[in-house]
Amino acid sequence: MNNYHRFDCLIVGAGGAGLMAALESSKLAGTAVVTKLYPTRSHTGAAQGGIAAALSNLEEDSWENHAYDTIKGGDFLVDQTAAEILAKDAIECIYDLEHMGLPFDRTPAGKISQRRFGGHTKPNPDYDPSATPGTPNARPRIPVMRACHSADRTGHMILQTLYQQCIKQGVTFFDEFHMVDLIMEDGECRGIIAIEIATGQLHTFHAKSVLLATGGYGRIFKVSSNAYALTGDGPAIAYRHGLPLEDMEFYQFHPTGIYRLGILLSEACRGDGGVMINDKGERFMEKYAPNLKDLASRDVCSRSIYQEVRGGRGIGGRDFVYLDIRADTINRLGTSPTGGKVDSKWVESRLPDIIEFARTYLGVDPIHEPVPIQPTAHYGMGGLPTDIWGRVLRNVQGDEVPGLYSAGESACVSVHGANRLGTNSLVDLVVYGRRAGRDMARHAREVPFQPLPAKPETRSKEQISKLLSQPVKSPWIKIRDEMQRVMMDDCGVYRTAETLENARSTIARLKEQFQLVGVQDKGSVFNTGLLEVLELGNLLDLAEATVAGALARKESRGAHSREDFVDRNDEQYFSHTFASRDGENGTKVDYRPVDILWTEKDGQKVPKYPLEIRKY
Amino acid sequence: MAQSATSPTASSEVRHLTVRIMRFNPEIDDRPHWEQYPIDAEPWDRVLDVIQKVKWYHDDTLGLRRSCAHGVCGSDAMRINGRNQLACKVLVKSLGSDTITVEPILGLPVIKDLIVDMKPFFDHYKSVMPFLVNDDPAPTTERLQSQEERAIFDETTKCILCACCTTACPPFWGDRKYVGPAAIVNAHRFIFDSRDRAASDRLEILNDAEGIWRCRTVFNCTEVCPRDIKVTKAISQVKRALLTGEVPKASVVAESS
Repeated sequence: MNNYHRFDCLIVGAGGAGLMAALESSKLAGTAVVTKLYPTRSHTGAAQGGIAAALSNLEEDSWENHAYDTIKGGDFLVDQTAAEILAKDAIECIYDLEHMGLPFDRTPAGKISQRRFGGHTKPNPDYDPSATPGTPNARPRIPVMRACHSADRTGHMILQTLYQQCIKQGVTFFDEFHMVDLIMEDGECRGIIAIEIATGQLHTFHAKSVLLATGGYGRIFKVSSNAYALTGDGPAIAYRHGLPLEDMEFYQFHPTGIYRLGILLSEACRGDGGVMINDKGERFMEKYAPNLKDLASRDVCSRSIYQEVRGGRGIGGRDFVYLDIRADTINRLGTSPTGGKVDSKWVESRLPDIIEFARTYLGVDPIHEPVPIQPTAHYGMGGLPTDIWGRVLRNVQGDEVPGLYSAGESACVSVHGANRLGTNSLVDLVVYGRRAGRDMARHAREVPFQPLPAKPETRSKEQISKLLSQPVKSPWIKIRDEMQRVMMDDCGVYRTAETLENARSTIARLKEQFQLVGVQDKGSVFNTGLLEVLELGNLLDLAEATVAGALARKESRGAHSREDFVDRNDEQYFSHTFASRDGENGTKVDYRPVDILWTEKDGQKVPKYPLEIRKY
Repeated sequence: MAQSATSPTASSEVRHLTVRIMRFNPEIDDRPHWEQYPIDAEPWDRVLDVIQKVKWYHDDTLGLRRSCAHGVCGSDAMRINGRNQLACKVLVKSLGSDTITVEPILGLPVIKDLIVDMKPFFDHYKSVMPFLVNDDPAPTTERLQSQEERAIFDETTKCILCACCTTACPPFWGDRKYVGPAAIVNAHRFIFDSRDRAASDRLEILNDAEGIWRCRTVFNCTEVCPRDIKVTKAISQVKRALLTGEVPKASVVAESS
């Protein structure tokens, strides 16, 4: 059979999670990576500020601190076993990356350098509950230098290093192959169908273990930090096969996106002492997060910007505020990591890329001027539900889909809960990419290849020939534009039943229109028009699941902020959403309890991480 | 939040651009030809935005690669007004005239429109052992590296493999077997890393007839690098290492235990 390939382990996506899994599984089992981009184009490479691990290279820290911060940062929707694994394994993974050659910045002692990031803290040794609020000793926890970094291009270094190691290890790559379908049979995953972009031919990949590491889906929103390629292909295809998606309503808006374009300006800006200011020149985070201020978690900071803009305190009364990283400002406020003085040269050495982004895309030099910023759609906490080995779950009872794995942003382990902490996405993809790779190899060694159904590519063929044969009446781009606008306006930082209902009906209408879409390009070679339409179909399905989860969750938690239900409701919603298809056009929502850990205190069994009101 | 169509600091006018794109569809065309599209754009738009307007609103058969759209993934290298650039890093306001010409990068086979075959480029990259080699037992924590040792190869860690440099290199145009500047940059990144043990192997690879001596110090690579890597300087450091047999990466510090 032409275009038939067989591998023990097949990995879809060549970002950090996919490459980490490939390095691991290929040690023990035949492995290939299918990727729609050249691996080094993956969006892991755009991650900037750092990757957290409690190495204690610059100050005392512990994995327990990291685990606690992760659980609190996720507004207690985090699965606690998974969070502890994340925090513990992070340390070993960082050393592994360093041994692979990752060029971390160094401390004066030659160790891996670390910086502060939002929500990463440790107990304040000088904490005094009776201290005057707002004074240093009134803070129960204080920022800690935990994010290992390589200037503000940490993700680039991770992606390059992992790809370099894949070359060294001889991992097989199918570059520029675009997945169009999963091969599901008897409730198992047995492979995938992918289109070879250069020829337009369909290929069948037969495998025992399939990993979906396809990244995020931020392109459902109008203003996003995400690459064009981030269209959630893995979760969307699984969703169409009837599998559930977990916690899709939790979508993170990063507070400091470049105005209008949404390009990310790293949280490291604030970790290194930068602050956000409003039209009156006020450091407004003092009001919303009196303890951690600009180093509060991202959901808190993004909502604060919206509040400032709504209160007429956006710059010039408009819809943006300023990020100020000038050395003078940092020195005046005493916000540098050590509290000591810094100069422009130091700022430039810590944040060279984001300074260049501001210069290029805004004509603003952050060394001398504040930078116009607004929240930008950044990261989906939700995704394919998995266990702690990356095995995809088919229901709220936790039954697996044999042979199917997911890791990285496409997965929901869940270590991010309702809101991810900065740097934890990189930790997630190395820790859980590695675990998934290990288990994929184990699985592949234990089971034989299962037969494929007859003509597994039929569904893909029909899908593509329909798109190529339907007349082009109106450009498909109009559907995408309307989806992005309605998701931004009605399912963004703030939501109500009314806005969400409008989003739901709009997406449903757009999905109907999408059924009639045709592609102008009828060719086989690099038909990127066809690929973009396939990707749009994926985005529409993920938008549908996102809105369904958001409508059903009548509380505010982490990144999900309902103006009609402003409080967290632990009685009803201390659980994960599983949204799946119900018939052709409906969505049903189910809930799975959060995994919590228990401990002994005075002979009593008590929660290890007791629920608390989340304040920064 | 409503989206303003203008830059944050000032409102801006719409420019009526003529976008000339070198088109080639191997399933239809015998040879490449120019097509012209009228596109309205704002000064702060990226050339990538302009080209995508062509694709989305005029002709979805247009072939191009793109992903991150802010200069870090390296997908959209192309010749814009005769110069290799990333389309996402060039703003309309920086263009001298209202006519933009866009062509595929030179020296690699054109597959379709702005898409070239990147395989020869990546093959050259892979040929220089672009990975850390160190078989000494690893310590339980990190290998130590001083800030000075780390600084020596900082510049070449920035490479995003976009191919702007290699496809701007006249010796590469003349001889596609030449390993090219991007591969040398990536060899440099490891040759000068104090943790690496394979500098001599890489130097031997580059000492080949199709290796580093093909470089004629034209400086095109340095001029076009979208990451501002001083490519020619990096190449000259590798040449010097070959001539002197010395690789200055400061003394290797004791490994941590």
